[in-house]
Amino acid sequence: MASIDSNQSGRPALADEPPKVSLINDPKARAIFYQALLLAVVVWFAWYIFGNLTANMAKQNIRTGFGFLNNTASFDIGFHLIDYDRSSTFAEALLVGFLNTGLVAVIGIFFATVLGFTIGIARLSSNWIVARLATVYVEVMRNIPLLLQMFFWYFGVLSLLPAVRQSMELPLFSIFNNRGLVTPAPIPSENFWVVWLALLIAVVAIFFVNRWARKRFEATGERQPNVWINLALIILLPALAWVVTGSSISWSIPELAGFNYQGGMHIPPEFIALTWALTTYTAAFIAEIVRAGILAVDKGQTEAAQSLGLKDGDRLRQVIIPQAMRVIVPPLTSQYLNLTKNSSLAVAIGYPDLVSVFMGTTLNQTGQAVEVVAITMLIYLSLSLITSAFMNWFNARVALTER
Amino acid sequence: MTDTTNHNDFSFVRTEMAQDQPAPVNTHGPIAWLRANLFNSVGNTILTLISLYVIWIAASGIWSFTVTHAIWEGTEGADCRVEGAGACWPYIQNRLLFFIYGFYPAELYWRPNLAMGIGALLLFLLATPRIPGKLIVGCLFLFVYPFVTFLLIHGGYFTGLEEVPTELWGGLMLTLIVAVTGIVASFPIGVVLALGRRSRMPLVRSVCVVFIELWRGVPLITVLFMASVMLPLFLPEGTNFDKLMRALVGVTLFTAAYTAEVVRGGLQAIPKGQSEAAAALGLNYVQANAFIILPQALKLVIPGIVNNSISLFKDTTLVSIVGLVDLLGAVKAGTTTSTWSAPTIPVTGYLFAAAVFWVFTFAMSRYSQYMERRLDTGHRN
Repeated sequence: MASIDSNQSGRPALADEPPKVSLINDPKARAIFYQALLLAVVVWFAWYIFGNLTANMAKQNIRTGFGFLNNTASFDIGFHLIDYDRSSTFAEALLVGFLNTGLVAVIGIFFATVLGFTIGIARLSSNWIVARLATVYVEVMRNIPLLLQMFFWYFGVLSLLPAVRQSMELPLFSIFNNRGLVTPAPIPSENFWVVWLALLIAVVAIFFVNRWARKRFEATGERQPNVWINLALIILLPALAWVVTGSSISWSIPELAGFNYQGGMHIPPEFIALTWALTTYTAAFIAEIVRAGILAVDKGQTEAAQSLGLKDGDRLRQVIIPQAMRVIVPPLTSQYLNLTKNSSLAVAIGYPDLVSVFMGTTLNQTGQAVEVVAITMLIYLSLSLITSAFMNWFNARVALTER
Repeated sequence: MTDTTNHNDFSFVRTEMAQDQPAPVNTHGPIAWLRANLFNSVGNTILTLISLYVIWIAASGIWSFTVTHAIWEGTEGADCRVEGAGACWPYIQNRLLFFIYGFYPAELYWRPNLAMGIGALLLFLLATPRIPGKLIVGCLFLFVYPFVTFLLIHGGYFTGLEEVPTELWGGLMLTLIVAVTGIVASFPIGVVLALGRRSRMPLVRSVCVVFIELWRGVPLITVLFMASVMLPLFLPEGTNFDKLMRALVGVTLFTAAYTAEVVRGGLQAIPKGQSEAAAALGLNYVQANAFIILPQALKLVIPGIVNNSISLFKDTTLVSIVGLVDLLGAVKAGTTTSTWSAPTIPVTGYLFAAAVFWVFTFAMSRYSQYMERRLDTGHRN
């Protein structure tokens, strides 16, 4: 078409002039058309669903809006980190659930990391039995559904524990029975915050001391007794604060009174089963990540470091670990995220986490499915997005700069 | 030559090779292996001893629970309510059909059996690299098999088979149905989303990104809750939607997002020259993708798809939380009946379920590793 047009006007087609094409074959016009079509479909779909939603909700007399968050919840939550009782509002119940999820996630992530790194390194051990044992652990744990493992620990194993009267007595005045674990609880005196403050100052000081030491090492090659300075700071400063302010910790020891133990810190069996299952399951995945990360560092790096005369410790710290971490951290963060998302299985064994409190009890009491589901999903979604934002930042920071 | 004859007198020049000597005893054989691998240093010796102790404790514990202290015969829970009893195997034996088929009528077991047989055959044809005709078998598996299975297991409609409503489906059968539907139905959606995410049109791209990140960002259990409480509200009044269908919709959308990310990885691995060459040949977008890009990309992502299937297979257990009786749900329901109540019955049931799941997932992960090795060779110079 284009060539005929230019011939008719008697003007020769220029090489750099874009050929004239009909609207149907123009990629730009097509792109606009397709996107308009998609937009129309999406808008129509949203409108259709919204229409059905409002009609259905009007029919079933479901109230709308987020006003219910200020209503009295009037249900109990067995385990809460902040003050909560039946007269609290749904918003407070939401916060309790969120904090419970956070508690499980933080503790689970800590232990899963420790266990996962141990097993991952064990899989690469030159010791045949240790390596095989770690392999068996990984292959068993990651191939069995998490929910099944949770049921196994909670309904299977923990239900075999003795009743309150026949409790197992563990060291350090701890009690273990089918109502969970009771440990002594520290009760700090009122001016104990000074000790915490001292600890905080010590941590900040350690950060600056290490930075100074590293700069000095890079400039002059002199080594500072880092470890000893750090230890001295973190022990002496709080100890000094403790002695000067005369603050103290008293311990509340659990004692059998009537049908249950009084005093001490009560850790419910649901929490134990959930954290245990999450930890052992996620550790298997972390172990694989750690193994892959260490294997990803080329053997030549070790040999080059050795030929430079670096000591074993320096070789690991300065050459191997920084390169392995570049491979390990991105999948590790997504495992942390998985652990946090998997903690929502708590609803199946009755630990009051975000999903259990909000999508379970609150949804049943208010019937406002749309708002409740939207809030819960939004919370998990923002956690995910924050994590991936961190991951992108980290990737950009440690990415290999090639010339 | 004369030189050599002269030198023959010198007896220190050997004329034949020395006999091979066996290597010294301490460098080969089991003892040397033990020394090199287990006891080559003090630290390693301690580690070895600790590991042996751990293995001993675990193995003897498992052995005594599942074999020596286990109850092998009995007709009800009371038989297993013995002091110090181990696993209660009669419970598994008694409940086995329930664990496999749920409440499905016993005289119709041949229908799910047939459906699963066909599925296994198709999967075998698909998974064995040497058998040709992958395209036909793949299309059969993706587009025909789901309907055949549904008609076989559900019955009714024009088939003349007795109708079995989905409320009666359960056990391992339901687990497999949810897993296979999730994988099969999510695959085309995932491919479209992956292509959309790589599109040059900003609106198409952002719609796909939002869709993918939304499902990937939330736990599956919230998706299932959403599907079971909100899906009925989204549809016109009077639409009847059973529990299984809702769970399947949730699982499919959730899996599609993960499939899309795996496929995107495969698409990114295809060099740009391939699509440029396709364009130079005059192929349009659909032709280029269908004949040039996707066949190469999908081959690359087989291990990723299998890994996805493994996680989906494990995640199907979550449907027991929204009231379906899958394998885990069947085991859990079994442990709370009054005829079968004994302290060790839950552990027995969960061990059994764990063994079943493990066999499936371990086989899948081995297959994925095998494919990874197989596909790898083609891409290393």
